[in-house]
Amino acid sequence: MNRAILSALLGHWRRNPLQLFTLLAGLALGTALWSGVQAINAEARASYDAAAATLGEARFAQITTKTGQPITVQSYVALRRAGWLVSPVVEGDFGAVRLIGIDPLTAPAGMAAAGVISGGDIGAFFTGNGQIFARQDTLAQLPESGAQTIATPDLAPNTAVTDIGIAQRLLGREGQIDRLILSPDQPLSRQPLAQVAPALTLTQPQAESDIAKLTDSFHLNLTAFGLLSFAVGLFIVHGAIGLAFEQRRAMLRSLRALGAPLRRLIVLMAVELASLALIGGSIGVALGLVIAAALLPDVAATLRGLYGADVSGQLSLQPIWWLSGLAIAFGGTVLAGGGALWSLARMPLLASAQPQAWAQAQRGPLLAAAAFALLTLAAAIALWGQGLLAGFAMLGALLIGGALALPPLLARLIGWGEALARGPVAQWFWADSRQQLPGLSLALMALLLAMAANVGVSTMVSSFRLTFIGFLDQRLASELYVTAQDATQAQAIQALEAEGRVDAVLPILSTSQAVAGQPAQIYGARDHATYRDNWRLLRATPDVWQALARGEGVLINEQLYRRAGLDLGALVPLGAGLRLPVLGIYGDYGNPIGQVILTEPLFRQQFPAVTALRFGLRLEPAKIPALRASLQADLGLASPAIVDQAAIKALSLAVFERTFVVTTALNILTLAVASFAILMSLLTLAALRLPQLAPVWALGMTRRKLALLDLLRAVVLAALTGALALPLGLALAWALLAFVNVEAFGWRLPMYLFPLDYLRLAGFALTAAAVAAAWPAWRLWRMPPVALLGVFRNER
Amino acid sequence: MRRKRSFDSPKEEYAIGIGGTPDTDASRFSPLGQIKRAKKPHSFCGQSLSRGAMQAISKRKGNQMLLRLQDVTKTYPKAETAVLRGVSFDMAAGEMLALTGESGSGKSTLLHLAGGLDSADGGVVAINGTDLTGLDDAGRAGLRRGTVGVIFQQFNLIPSLTVAANIAFQARLSGCFDADLAQALAARLGLQDHLHKYPEQLSGGQQQRVAIARTLAPKPALVLADEPTGNLDETTADTVFDVLCELVAETGAGLVLVTHSQRLAARLDRRLHLRAGLIS
Repeated sequence: MNRAILSALLGHWRRNPLQLFTLLAGLALGTALWSGVQAINAEARASYDAAAATLGEARFAQITTKTGQPITVQSYVALRRAGWLVSPVVEGDFGAVRLIGIDPLTAPAGMAAAGVISGGDIGAFFTGNGQIFARQDTLAQLPESGAQTIATPDLAPNTAVTDIGIAQRLLGREGQIDRLILSPDQPLSRQPLAQVAPALTLTQPQAESDIAKLTDSFHLNLTAFGLLSFAVGLFIVHGAIGLAFEQRRAMLRSLRALGAPLRRLIVLMAVELASLALIGGSIGVALGLVIAAALLPDVAATLRGLYGADVSGQLSLQPIWWLSGLAIAFGGTVLAGGGALWSLARMPLLASAQPQAWAQAQRGPLLAAAAFALLTLAAAIALWGQGLLAGFAMLGALLIGGALALPPLLARLIGWGEALARGPVAQWFWADSRQQLPGLSLALMALLLAMAANVGVSTMVSSFRLTFIGFLDQRLASELYVTAQDATQAQAIQALEAEGRVDAVLPILSTSQAVAGQPAQIYGARDHATYRDNWRLLRATPDVWQALARGEGVLINEQLYRRAGLDLGALVPLGAGLRLPVLGIYGDYGNPIGQVILTEPLFRQQFPAVTALRFGLRLEPAKIPALRASLQADLGLASPAIVDQAAIKALSLAVFERTFVVTTALNILTLAVASFAILMSLLTLAALRLPQLAPVWALGMTRRKLALLDLLRAVVLAALTGALALPLGLALAWALLAFVNVEAFGWRLPMYLFPLDYLRLAGFALTAAAVAAAWPAWRLWRMPPVALLGVFRNER
Repeated sequence: MRRKRSFDSPKEEYAIGIGGTPDTDASRFSPLGQIKRAKKPHSFCGQSLSRGAMQAISKRKGNQMLLRLQDVTKTYPKAETAVLRGVSFDMAAGEMLALTGESGSGKSTLLHLAGGLDSADGGVVAINGTDLTGLDDAGRAGLRRGTVGVIFQQFNLIPSLTVAANIAFQARLSGCFDADLAQALAARLGLQDHLHKYPEQLSGGQQQRVAIARTLAPKPALVLADEPTGNLDETTADTVFDVLCELVAETGAGLVLVTHSQRLAARLDRRLHLRAGLIS
């Protein structure tokens, strides 16, 4: 019996290979979107996790000098003698590779750089010419050093590890240490750091510029996109399976009438669906990896440029992606097929074989009620919700609620069109559109989500770019930034203003200190037009700059304002009994910790030990090359110590362009997949709706006109969907910028609107819908009359 | 506020008849939409007539040739044998003709060719002197809109439109919609209380009445009915058949009715029997 039933079930696919193709393609594309985005995310995360672990920045406290100068060997020895369990690290560029020198004997357990050599010959590591560990591709870039090179996959890309002595020799930095890594367990009897080495400062892990923190913002975007692509894929899979069930509804009824037991029918259909999910899912995962491999180089470049995180541009296959991709395919199939099988289980033996019965069930007040409930939930979370989890719950409720609201809203809009229609063709057009709506709903929901994702992600990325450029203008207002190596150089730089070689010298004074229980940096700013003209304050008291110059208060960044609850007027404790009110709050994007700005005299008074070694120089841009040459020749400043703000801005913009490449590619891909879902639905419906079209044709409408009306219908439905996608997309962008971002990073990005981008997207979506509808329309146009007449045959 | 009538509609025109000629023969209907009686009842029931007898009928009905088929052949793609192998007959305006034959004998195919729904491989199919084989897709669509009305066994109403919209659809497509006539047809067919319903809400007999009203609303010269009572019980079938014949006779249109029922065929002017693609 099983064989007979399976033969009947599979016979349908043999006779309708196109339908089988659309089902598999739906499964494959839905899976590909998800697994592609996840593969990019996972690979990038793995890469910078390796980077962070290699550098030891993520997990261990570190000691550095207050001035940023190298630590002397004497200070290191003094600390060890005083009981501090510290391990020295030196690092620098060795050719194109970042070379890290470590001491494996003192490195704390769990430090990845030390871990990679633990299985090797420790003796050979720091004797003779030593050994250098790196990934295979990094080793190829290493200049000749005489050391033995050993490949290991556990290190970050573009990073090599060797013994500190060998690194000092290769980098030409004998006797220098950049930082000391602290073991987590320190003896209680050790002497205070300020006594042993007052020039050094201890930095806790969370206060360090943590790569993971910074890159999280980028990955949050990708994760949100992954969520969207998952939803799009889910709708596509659901639609493909639902339609496949509908196509065989009459056959299932016949099978049951002939005596096939319901339970066995359900089991065999479940087996069939699982097999199809396996095939479609496997193809989808492979496709997703192709997508990821194509996009990863740009993602890697973006992360490297934006955050300095090294990410391999190459994709390595990991079993977890295959499994997660297949899980999505199966999950989508269970979700979609479960509903279909449930319908089958409840289908009376003598139920109508009319295929639209399933689709009709999709309509109704239940859908509208569910949409209303979910959108209300999203609004409630927006108003009262807290935490990242709540943020993602809001995104989910917003997306699914928006998608579920689509069919009732479209039905209402089509109803208005029908009421306003004049003439039989227009009247039939709208009435038929209403009838096609249930069958097209899932594909249109996928299109809605794809367009909303486009609007949302584009708005978010573009807003981020605008904000960040403004932020760069604010932070990099000076034409040149110079770092002195010592006090002598610092004095010479400060004298430039008096010598008339620059318009102004702005010292950058800073120190780290906990403020209101939060890790923070305190800056001393000179009273100068540079700050007044360029800094944009999110909130401020009247005459904020004058009050700041008089030392009557401080400016704080948004992170400190949100985390410590320091609003305007609140007193900020700055140590030694000094408490000043908040005069203004400024945006500080990408910075994980708090900041306080006070006026320069007050800073010098409060922190007399801190001397300025970094300076911003204001001068005419034309004078920059001459001054740069003079600083290098006269003061002996190294080239990296002189930074041109125009170059930084150009680099930042280039990074953003790469970000756009990635998001644009994902946007286009999502939209293309959604339009493919429309194509699949239209192709499937084309066969199901012949009985509806044939009478209209028989009554005197040409196939050409019917085909053109079908094309027009697809474009109209896409346009209506697009009109509804815009508010949903903007809501999505708002949720990401104003809620999720705040919960995740403590700062809120302002939201800008980009109407031209939305218009371009609308044009793109309409074109995609027209292209998707073109083939089914062409098939209808060229359909031989005998195919339409088949509808009227009494013996059919 | 004025209550909108079921058949209120704008007076748009889609006047395309055969060769672009509007079918505006309103003489068959009174200005008030009362359906006129045919000049006299048909009196050739159950007879398969010779060409001479046919000409006699034509003379009585105005000597106008409505439908002519001459050596018509048709073979479907992938079919081993021809469905029609040289069918010829003439039919006068106002005549009612029954087409009988076994399943697969070519009855429906012949009807489709006569209605411009399909094209013949060879021979001539002419309506009112216009050869359909020379018409392109648009031309045949124009013919279906204005001159020919087809009634199917499966009713084939447009499910997305109400009963009223279904009745008006073809007439409005052809540009000769007459709201009073549509109202009168609905009344005669007992559909007044169902005009705002959708087809799925009606019984089979009611749906077929809607199909009849839809077919007659554009005032076609030729009505083609493909087993219109095949899906109905005997009582309902008789009622539908009666009202169909009555209304067709009143409008003066010609009728070709495909049926398996010898009883029903015997009630029409003439009967043609198809066997293996030929008229026997």
